Amino acid sequence: MNFNNIFGEIEKADPEVYDRLDTRRSAMKQFANLSGKIAIAAVPLALGSMFKKAYGGTKSTNETVREILNYALTLEYLEAEFYTSAIAKGTALIPAGAAANAIQTISNHETAHVAFLRAAIAPMGAVATKPTFDFSGGSGSGNGPFKDVFTSYPLFLAVAQTFEDTGVRAYKGRAAELVKGGDLLTAALNIHSVEARHAAHIRQMRKANGVDVKPWITGKISGIASGVEASYEGEDNTKQATIEIVNINGMSISANAATEAFDEGLTKAQVLAIIGPFIKP
Amino acid sequence: MSKRSSQDDMIVSKKAVISNFSRRKFIGYAGAATGLMAGLAACKKDDVPDNKDGVDLGSGDIGILNYAYALEQLEAAFYIKVIASPYTGITAEETASLTEIRDHEIAHREFFKKALDTKAISALEVNFSSINFTSRDSVLGTAKAFEDLGVSAYNGAGKLLTDPNYLVLAGKIVSVEARHAAYIRNKITNGSFADSTVIDMNGLDKSRTPPEVLAIAGAFISTKINASNLPTS
Repeated sequence: MNFNNIFGEIEKADPEVYDRLDTRRSAMKQFANLSGKIAIAAVPLALGSMFKKAYGGTKSTNETVREILNYALTLEYLEAEFYTSAIAKGTALIPAGAAANAIQTISNHETAHVAFLRAAIAPMGAVATKPTFDFSGGSGSGNGPFKDVFTSYPLFLAVAQTFEDTGVRAYKGRAAELVKGGDLLTAALNIHSVEARHAAHIRQMRKANGVDVKPWITGKISGIASGVEASYEGEDNTKQATIEIVNINGMSISANAATEAFDEGLTKAQVLAIIGPFIKP
Repeated sequence: MSKRSSQDDMIVSKKAVISNFSRRKFIGYAGAATGLMAGLAACKKDDVPDNKDGVDLGSGDIGILNYAYALEQLEAAFYIKVIASPYTGITAEETASLTEIRDHEIAHREFFKKALDTKAISALEVNFSSINFTSRDSVLGTAKAFEDLGVSAYNGAGKLLTDPNYLVLAGKIVSVEARHAAYIRNKITNGSFADSTVIDMNGLDKSRTPPEVLAIAGAFISTKINASNLPTS
């Protein structure tokens, strides 16, 4: 982590950040003192409380931003617990080697996203608590359509793909509300592209397992028999900002390529409907 | 620094740019820097594309869209050449996937061209003399650098946009670039789709400013680009 960079990014978004943090010199000194005293894992929290001093209660948009970040946090809770639960099954679920390593990498990122978002939200107010999840998709019954998700490797990968693709679409769907959001917007974008890398990899894992999917989303094809249609709704769009992408400007661009070239967003309502069955009411 | 002869040079250059960027911040905050870092900065300063006589990307949101258009031109030109002259030993699967990526990049390029209409910059001339198109390592190494660069460019440009519609469009493209990056990285080393060279301890991808990106991309673009009117915050 480059904390000098973090200060730099915030300074660009908010030129007065150092006034808020007293002076540059004392801010850095304060920070140097902090990082000298505490373990690295605790640094995001310390950072959060430092920014609370800077921003606490000054932004009228805080509530909107906090709501969006808590929304993102809920999705990250879902993904983080999904992967830690899967990893806990060991080789009974995930083959040792490349597959296990990849799932561990993804799991580490999702857990880091939870910690990062919690630290970012804390100075603004209440941090969303982690729901009780039901990864069977049974709204708490444990007997939903994906009840074998932690015993069937193909089903696990299918649900993982759906969560990752949905995550990508969820961040995108709220991006407009964070326009001109400076450093927070950048952080959201930096998470968003990581989710897309995960999605692409899970899709490649499924392909290696014999499923006909690509790293990118073709039309609204999921390669999953049923139950995840809502996560791919609208991905077959071939028009961007009223411009038709198929054969655009006389180029030979197929409908498949046109849909693959642009990932679509999902609204908050769509996402909540998708993840609803995975949360115990 | 205007001519680079190998892929390695590009990677070294990229590191230098990043070091320089961090270094300037460090000086700003701590008021101190080492001689080595100052040397890197002096070396890289000339690479910042502020050529007043070059192709002017423009200002505001239009400038950022032209900046994206420039990067998509570079990526599309690269994959067109990859498919036109495939590397030795390319597999059927690689040909299929790289052809799809080519078409995605052409779609992005043409989208910006059409959306920008009369405000679009002209077609840029590329310089791929440092790439060995017969070598899988050279082609995939360059593809990886371009895709990671593209992701960081869109991530860094998001906060410079003021129109939410443009931000959403950039978002629709950046995740596809990230999917490309993951695919290419896995082709080089399976499992490197999101390794610690691009993702930090907070699980965040990289973002770069337009000058940082153009300093790296500039090695592959012969046309002079004037990015001096782009927004910086």
